[in-house]
Amino acid sequence: MRYFTEDHEWVDVDGDIGTVGITDYAQGQLGDIVFVDVPEEGKTVTKGDEAAVVESVKAASDVYTPVSGTVIEGNAELADNPGLVNEDADGEGWFFKLTLSDPSELEGLMDEAKYDAFVAKL
Amino acid sequence: MRYLPLTQPDREAMLATIGAKTIDDLFVDVPAIAQLDGPIRDLPMHASELAVERHMTALARKNLTAGEAPFFLGCGAYRHHVPASVDHLIQRGEFLTAYTPYQPEIAQGTLQMLFEFQTQVARLLGTDVANASMYDGSTACWEAIGMARRITKRGKAILSGGLHPHYVSVAKTMAKYTGDHLESSLPTLSAETDIDSLIAAIDDDTSCVVVQYPDILGRIADLRPLADAAHAKKALLIAVVTEPVALGALKSPGEMDADIVVGEGQSIGVGLQFGGPYVGLMGCKEKYVRQMPGRFCGETVDAEGKRGFVLTLSTREQHIRREKATSNICTNSGLCALAFSIHMTLLGEAGLRALAATNHAGAVAAAERLGKVPGVELVNDAFFNEFTLKLSKEARPVVRALADKGILAGVSLGRLYPGADGLANGLVVAVTETTTSEDVETLDSALEEALA
Amino acid sequence: MNTINQSGWRPTTPETGEGSTGTFTGNRALMLEEALIFEIGSTETTGVEVAEPANVETRLGGLARNTPIGLPGLSEPETVRHYTRLSRQNYAIDLGLFPLGSCTMKHNPRLNEKMARLPGFADVHPLQPVDTVQGALGVINELAVWLIELTGMHGVAMTPKAGAHGELCGILCIKAALEAKGEGHRKVILVPESAHGTNPATAAFAGYTVEDIPATAEGRVDVEALKARLGPDVAGVMITNPNTCGLFEREMRTISDAVHAAGGFVYCDGANFNAIVGRVRPGDLGIDAMHINLHKTFSTPHGGGGPGSGPVVLSKALSPYGPLPFTERHADGHITLVEEETVGDRHPHSFGRMCAFNGQMGMFTRALTYILSHGADGLRQVAEDSVLNANYILRSLEDTLDAPFAASGPCMHEAIFSDDGLPEGFSTIDIAKGLIDEGYHPMTMYFPLVVHGAMLVEPTETESKAALDQFIGALRSVAERAKAGDESLRSAPHFAPRRRLDETLAARKPVLVWKDPELAQAAE
Repeated sequence: MRYFTEDHEWVDVDGDIGTVGITDYAQGQLGDIVFVDVPEEGKTVTKGDEAAVVESVKAASDVYTPVSGTVIEGNAELADNPGLVNEDADGEGWFFKLTLSDPSELEGLMDEAKYDAFVAKL
Repeated sequence: MRYLPLTQPDREAMLATIGAKTIDDLFVDVPAIAQLDGPIRDLPMHASELAVERHMTALARKNLTAGEAPFFLGCGAYRHHVPASVDHLIQRGEFLTAYTPYQPEIAQGTLQMLFEFQTQVARLLGTDVANASMYDGSTACWEAIGMARRITKRGKAILSGGLHPHYVSVAKTMAKYTGDHLESSLPTLSAETDIDSLIAAIDDDTSCVVVQYPDILGRIADLRPLADAAHAKKALLIAVVTEPVALGALKSPGEMDADIVVGEGQSIGVGLQFGGPYVGLMGCKEKYVRQMPGRFCGETVDAEGKRGFVLTLSTREQHIRREKATSNICTNSGLCALAFSIHMTLLGEAGLRALAATNHAGAVAAAERLGKVPGVELVNDAFFNEFTLKLSKEARPVVRALADKGILAGVSLGRLYPGADGLANGLVVAVTETTTSEDVETLDSALEEALA
Repeated sequence: MNTINQSGWRPTTPETGEGSTGTFTGNRALMLEEALIFEIGSTETTGVEVAEPANVETRLGGLARNTPIGLPGLSEPETVRHYTRLSRQNYAIDLGLFPLGSCTMKHNPRLNEKMARLPGFADVHPLQPVDTVQGALGVINELAVWLIELTGMHGVAMTPKAGAHGELCGILCIKAALEAKGEGHRKVILVPESAHGTNPATAAFAGYTVEDIPATAEGRVDVEALKARLGPDVAGVMITNPNTCGLFEREMRTISDAVHAAGGFVYCDGANFNAIVGRVRPGDLGIDAMHINLHKTFSTPHGGGGPGSGPVVLSKALSPYGPLPFTERHADGHITLVEEETVGDRHPHSFGRMCAFNGQMGMFTRALTYILSHGADGLRQVAEDSVLNANYILRSLEDTLDAPFAASGPCMHEAIFSDDGLPEGFSTIDIAKGLIDEGYHPMTMYFPLVVHGAMLVEPTETESKAALDQFIGALRSVAERAKAGDESLRSAPHFAPRRRLDETLAARKPVLVWKDPELAQAAE
């Protein structure tokens, strides 16, 4: 099940593992992505913390984690191929995986239908 | 006035197009009480070129120039001969009056020049990469300390006693705001540098060690043991070069495994100018490039596949990152970087090596001669083009007395370290290719007389 | 994510296609290609003559360089040709109008260059005994007096090396003043959303938390929101006036009074001083510190990116905290330099030193030469003509491009347009690149962030009416092509020495130094 934030992050949940990325809308707004800074394995994050940084040529944006937990993997592919975020933001362009420490946080997030409606109004 | 092309008829026609009666209508948003009713009264009104020239020339005449006197000052700014072409080329309007190359299609002149400059600087300093210049050596130095903090996530920087006291003062001022803890000390009037005590001081809280090469007294030390000691504790070595001509004769700090090398490029192409504008050089190992402040020029291709250059890695900078930028710096020292690059191109490697050899030979001869003056002791064993003399009395009054006689005898350590009694008799003397043997003879006799 | 991309600027890799130069050299008549010095020079070639060094035993401490450096040299004719060719690939003020909002690209007078090169200024060392440099100190002192008089302030810090450096100086004076009053707990600085990026970067460096002040629909600071936010945790505000939308902050005095009443200080970004110099003294508006960009208002050359110079005028409250060194003129006319030695008794509260030596002397001589040339009456005319020129452009183009604040009154020295009304697929960048083909440098783009697709146009006072008319015609033509959906704009420029460059590639795979391709191949 995929959940979305108003800051254009998504989190895919499978058991207690979450995969976090940014939405296709977000990558379109940024233009060509040139650099991604993903968090290290073992880092504990709290919902809303800056967890990653994504840069295009003319913009840089912090990516906030939608949920709290401990990072288990940053997407190493993005170091050599940041353009993956443009090509497949919803899939291969994921940023990091973490174990969720508080699954109830998901209740405050949007589902895909709500996120699409949210974006339509922007 | 000669810089204002609009005529009265122009102004009237334009006001009509705008639909305003007078220029005051366009200042309607400024509260009346804040508007001056006429030109500020106590200030002079406009003046012709002739009048301005007279005024400025009169001020210029009140200075004793390095060209008019035997001249021996160094300590971070050096007098070298700049070939005539350099100044002509930098005054081409397309360089002088160009803007920052944010629109690369019509700024390839500036951008290609910066790419060449970055390469020249990286090779000279011995680093993997270099940026497009900082304001000057002293600000590059404190920015490097900031960079070391970001990289190591530690807050203690150890500054060598041989680091230029102005650079130390700047670093200390800035450290008040970054929270860095700086350890610094005064130099001693001895031939040895403080490398050994620096090595002993490095610990697990150290972010970096900052050492000048050659140092403020002109001394030279092998930086490799210091680099190794720093790296053993996961700290960085920052080397500061205030006389880049020295790198035409000496091993580069990068070669000795320094992590960040900063310097003052003034010696090459820029001229003394009473202290500015100068050009800060900054280079580092490839792995640290994203933590570097300042501008970078990078190679790319255009839509037709032709090689071209653009400013790149801009997301470190203030106009994008705003409060998260690596620095607030906005300008580089563009025109001075150009002058440096042109001069360096005219010199080439062979010319730089020959220039360095001439500087060193002149300094060696002068040091040997001056060291024999009664009351004068040469402090250095090794030096490049600058060395320290220990006089039999306080050096600062001697410098002033010689200045009154039209001799610019060097920099007294009393000027740089007021109140440091152990250094008060020190005089730092620089000798370059512009120094003649007559100059040295004059200084020789004058010192002898002053110390008798 | 935070602010996903406030500016709206989304560069993508430009499409590559075949170039069709059709010449052997790749040159196009006077547009000459030029290789890198590393490709045409050699380490053995030199364009200077260096005297034979005397035969002495070296004393380099065993650290003589024994590896090649890799610095190519060229003879003098080749050097002159190389850099002359490079220069011709640059746009410059000497060639034409730069409509760059916020930059004040005015004519750089050549008298400035001549005076800066007088040996009395160019060939003196910063550490010479002060008695031997009374003229140089005199220039610094005289310029300082002018800057204080023009701004109606109390003191001035001359040493900051550029505008951003000056901002830092001003903020550090404020910080020192607050600490001296026991108010060091104030941790917040308020900055308008429209501010230049250096403002928040500077405040953050000084250890402050930056909070945005919103703008009103009229493009000015929301004074009520600002007042509501003031409090015992606010150290001060950073305001640009005229602001980055080219509008005068009418309530500047109210803002200053409110900030002072709440115990804070007012920093003014002086980048736009050209609009009001000689007509308004910012000191009368209650500010505490303002940096002045000598390379903007006072005509010192931009030099392709620098050097700049950013002296900071200071109020009476802040002057005691200004950095070292500074000049002091005594009753007998003698000028001394107050440095670390004399700080003890003369200037005990200085926050410290910002750079080695004495500041950007070369820019002081140029700026003073310019100021003396214009005088108080000429400088006032500068402000008036710069405001007239900008309004002329605004009214001439408001029917063609969306001008969000045009209805509410005049602008000051710069006019702002937005990308509203451009068809789908066309953006500010296409207008900008189209202007290049017309023979202009583009206007400031995508700044300030508060106007979508912002185009900020500042002609300055040194443009003639004919030059303005030609520029207006060109911009109108490009805008109309965009509105008509002219696809060729999307791949403009077509006639510049280079087409659109792949900035994505440059950022993804940075190549910052030249590497010998033969060595690189051998390494693989």
